[in-house]
Amino acid sequence: MVKLLLDGIEDPSIRYLNGYRAHGGYQSIEKAITMSPLDIVEEVKKSGLRGRGGAGFSTGMKWSFLDRKSDKPRYLVCNADESEPGTFKDRYLMEKIPHRLIEGMIVSSYALGVRHAFIYVRGELIWVAKHLEHAVGEAYSAGYLGNHILGSNFSLDLTIHVGAGAYICGEESALLESLEGKRGYPRIKPPFPAVSGLYGCPTVINNVESIAAVPWIVTHGGDAYSKIGVDKSTGTKLISASGHINRPGVYEIELGLPVEEFIYSESYCGGIKNGRALKAVIAGGSSVPILPAELILKTASGQPRLMTYESLNDGGFTSGTMLGSGGFIVMDDTTCIVRNTWNLARFYHHESCGQCSPCREGTGWMEKILHRIEHGHGTQADIDLLVDVSKKIEGNTICALGDAAAWPVASAVRHFRHEFEFHVRHPDQVTAPNHVANAAAYKYEEITHAKNND
Amino acid sequence: MNPTFSESTLSKINRLLSRYPADKRKSALLPLLHMAQAEFGGYLSPETMDYVAQLLTLRPIEVYEVASFYTMFHKQPTGKYVLEVCRTGPCALNGAESIIDYITRKIGVTINEISSDGLFTVKEVECLASCGTAPMMQLGERYIENLTEQKIDDIIDRLKHGERLDIEPNPENSILFRSCQGQSNG
Repeated sequence: MVKLLLDGIEDPSIRYLNGYRAHGGYQSIEKAITMSPLDIVEEVKKSGLRGRGGAGFSTGMKWSFLDRKSDKPRYLVCNADESEPGTFKDRYLMEKIPHRLIEGMIVSSYALGVRHAFIYVRGELIWVAKHLEHAVGEAYSAGYLGNHILGSNFSLDLTIHVGAGAYICGEESALLESLEGKRGYPRIKPPFPAVSGLYGCPTVINNVESIAAVPWIVTHGGDAYSKIGVDKSTGTKLISASGHINRPGVYEIELGLPVEEFIYSESYCGGIKNGRALKAVIAGGSSVPILPAELILKTASGQPRLMTYESLNDGGFTSGTMLGSGGFIVMDDTTCIVRNTWNLARFYHHESCGQCSPCREGTGWMEKILHRIEHGHGTQADIDLLVDVSKKIEGNTICALGDAAAWPVASAVRHFRHEFEFHVRHPDQVTAPNHVANAAAYKYEEITHAKNND
Repeated sequence: MNPTFSESTLSKINRLLSRYPADKRKSALLPLLHMAQAEFGGYLSPETMDYVAQLLTLRPIEVYEVASFYTMFHKQPTGKYVLEVCRTGPCALNGAESIIDYITRKIGVTINEISSDGLFTVKEVECLASCGTAPMMQLGERYIENLTEQKIDDIIDRLKHGERLDIEPNPENSILFRSCQGQSNG
């Protein structure tokens, strides 16, 4: 099993500088300062590394958009505002191996010509921020941060900054607003942060996991990284596994692993809890489309589904989903999809920043309609209304939160319409407090429903 | 009495400010509000927010609008211990609803209410990035994970008996006071 990001994690001393160095830590800085910054950008491009926060955009490309002609200072901001439901990988990495992120910040700053970098940690993870702060102190003392790093002309300050509770601050322009001491309102783009970001200066914003991959790429070369994984899904990915599985946790996988192996292998999720059957998976954090068991294990064309950007997206949103942040939420056959969808719709309504009417109002309507259906007061027309509202949010907002709110609802209806209809037709059976546990009954309903239509 | 930070806290704030560009003091607003909430009664009163505005030479509205945006800032007094239980997605799949129900019944409060002894407030919060250890809650600066009824009984009983659980925000080991320049210059 290839381990780049979590290499050495079984050794608790890796949390501290000496332990980290004993595992080869900080070597990439020594190499980096002998290279030209643009050569490092080239290596990252060659590696094929893609943004691990969820968007999957090429990290090297993002770096190459940075406005290097501007006479303003440039900033690197690490997005450690991990808040996507189902995702807890960055927290794990920062908690266990904080120096890997700090090393990544240093070599990335060198490549980008940055003098002052920030790590924006979500406020609730205060103890993680403290671990990082301690590690930053160690790195300063060892000469990896501060003035004239390792005797070179390269100097860097690194500030750990804490947020205060707002999912929207994971959106990169909202994060910058928040770092400037304002409400986390996403900005209208363009201008993109690469041109006008933090304090109006050219800025690169990368996810924790993306930055933590950079030291390995600098040390071993972009080509070596690109050989790990499959096609355009290069390297390794941290997957946060949760829900009804035997072994929840964070796993570093080589991209290309079959989904079926990930769910059932004892090396990963270890199968479904209590020996139950798999019903559905949300593969990439709560924002990506939910897929029923048959479509998560195999694509619509019958190919085994792999843990890659491309394979998970096979079939588009008709029969596919996204790798997203790697927040892998597994549901067994007792799960009520309507209730789960209502839960997520409530989340997005709570987290909508309120700038754009389609999102601010639409998320509220979706939550209310889903509440109504789930509690046995829905009508057949409500199901179509739900889809209609989701379509009117999608694509009509400043940032991606609108899409992120619309997709889970639209996909739940797309793949589990029979469950929504069951709620509408049998309100007496869904008002019972245990209807979630009895949800396996829907399967039966689906079959009889299909027969009646024949 | 109007809120005033102690001299030692004020010097920490100066070090905090040094971590941001000199003309970007407003960037310190979120960390400063965390400090103010910890020091002045566990919530942000209008007086506290006005004081923070004055410290950063901001208009009060700039502080109010920020304080009201972020869920970690309490605008009303809370119980001494705030139990913030995650209700989202994976936690809900693993029994968050019944755990929340159990906690509120055990303490005898509704959500957001202060218990009659002033000790507890229970809040429902959204995903805390702890989905692999669901259900869970935040208590002060700590996460308490893989919650069971037994675990809750134990925690609440210990808190009722005044036992310290190392959960209070501790300004002495706060991350918020390190100065960048001070570090790099040894």
